[in-house]
Amino acid sequence: MITRRQALRSVGGMALGAGAGLMAGSRFAALAADTITLPFGNGERPLVVYPGKRALIGLTARPPQLETPFSVFNEGILTPNDAFFVRYHLADIPLDIDPTAFRVEVKGKVATPLSLSLDDLKTKFDPVEFVAVHQCSGNSRGFLEPRVGGGQAGNGLMGNARWKGVPLKAVLEKAGIASSAVEVAFSGLDRPAMPQTPGFAKSLKLDHALDGEVILAYQMNGADLPWLNGFPLRLVVPGYFGTYWVKHLSQITVLDKPLDNFWMATAYRIPDNECACVPPGTKPEKTVPIGRFVVRSFLTNVLDGAKVAAGKPLPLRGIAFDGGSGIARVEVSADGGKSFAPATLGEDLGKYSFREWRTSVTVPAGEHAILVRATNVLGKTQPMEPTWNPSGYMRNVVETTRIVAA
Amino acid sequence: MTNHLKALSAAIALACAGTFAGLAVAQPMSYVLPEETAVFKPGPGVEAAENNCAACHSADYILTQPPKMGRPFWDAEVHKMISAYGAPIDEKDAKAIVDYLAATY
Repeated sequence: MITRRQALRSVGGMALGAGAGLMAGSRFAALAADTITLPFGNGERPLVVYPGKRALIGLTARPPQLETPFSVFNEGILTPNDAFFVRYHLADIPLDIDPTAFRVEVKGKVATPLSLSLDDLKTKFDPVEFVAVHQCSGNSRGFLEPRVGGGQAGNGLMGNARWKGVPLKAVLEKAGIASSAVEVAFSGLDRPAMPQTPGFAKSLKLDHALDGEVILAYQMNGADLPWLNGFPLRLVVPGYFGTYWVKHLSQITVLDKPLDNFWMATAYRIPDNECACVPPGTKPEKTVPIGRFVVRSFLTNVLDGAKVAAGKPLPLRGIAFDGGSGIARVEVSADGGKSFAPATLGEDLGKYSFREWRTSVTVPAGEHAILVRATNVLGKTQPMEPTWNPSGYMRNVVETTRIVAA
Repeated sequence: MTNHLKALSAAIALACAGTFAGLAVAQPMSYVLPEETAVFKPGPGVEAAENNCAACHSADYILTQPPKMGRPFWDAEVHKMISAYGAPIDEKDAKAIVDYLAATY
């Protein structure tokens, strides 16, 4: 199966007057001159330009969902802020924010409710900084067979950034957690278009919220958070799928019973078994909330369908990551998966980061399939055949890139 | 990237620099979303989709779904919008929307 072919093609000139409209302060056309075709049925997408973002793959406009073009992952191990993917759930996203008036409230089962400004967070707590992958639960959903509903993404709903902020643990301890507390819930400034739609809120178990690694982040790659990535404050839950990384974070509520809303009890759930999978087309008997990333790896410098020189070393590089144990090894096959040889791992930016890998292969003339397989520190690896579940989560099949050598 | 696109990116980068520079002097900040351009495909019942679905999301939510998913898929989607998201769609409109989606996408 073709896993990653993003064919760029021009469809002519862009809308006239877009720049002038922007300067006048009115709304402008996002539609850029190009489209990109993701390698699955109905995969053609416009490339769109939003303020603060370079041209990204436009999945939806209201609310915005923007996918990172895969070529970005070959530019470096950190994903630039202007290329980082965007995923909202509800249409009434914040468009006016006063950073000095902004507060995050800490309330519920606490001794002392808090209302913290950005300045409070930056001056009254010790900052922490680390690199972590952010990945949407629905990343790669478009590749599922049989297809499932939901956001039809390629492999670009992920990114790797250096996050800076304040440990959630420190904030919760300042508020004082009641002995009855079991979970902590999070919500942001985004709202539904209609009041009867469930507002977006997510929760973490108390021990997870207190692990010291979950942070309230106000910086990303050394700059303020991009608006569409949760300016001015977002939750960062390293190793966990993006659904928990609440944007425009404004409410932190300590609960004495589990959060039982649509977003925890119905949505973002996976089959309760080792593979988080069921036979294609069937429903799981029991589900649990989605949690940590599974191991993934990608070849980034050679794209599907590439023509290469036969009999000469072909340098290969790419990325691998998992849910936070760290990458132990990456292996590459140039014979369609019959044999694998180890790749060399690059600089270790931390257990939650993308890990670069490099190797080279020499192939004779003809068609070849290059496969990449990572194994994490816990010994977990990637399946040779894709798994399936009704929501299209947790895809981590060994990726295949087809090349032609001549 | 075409030259036109580069020019637009540069124009937006400048506009953003102006906006974000406001942080230093603590001004309220605004974000301007691009215009919504996707439209529903024509077909019998398209008005019911426009009148109901577009209240909460853009048409590309539908346009980008996998092709030919069939009536049970679209029936489940429309009823999820009603039961899970609280969309105020009466059964007559719901049937018209499902007919339109199943026939058109």
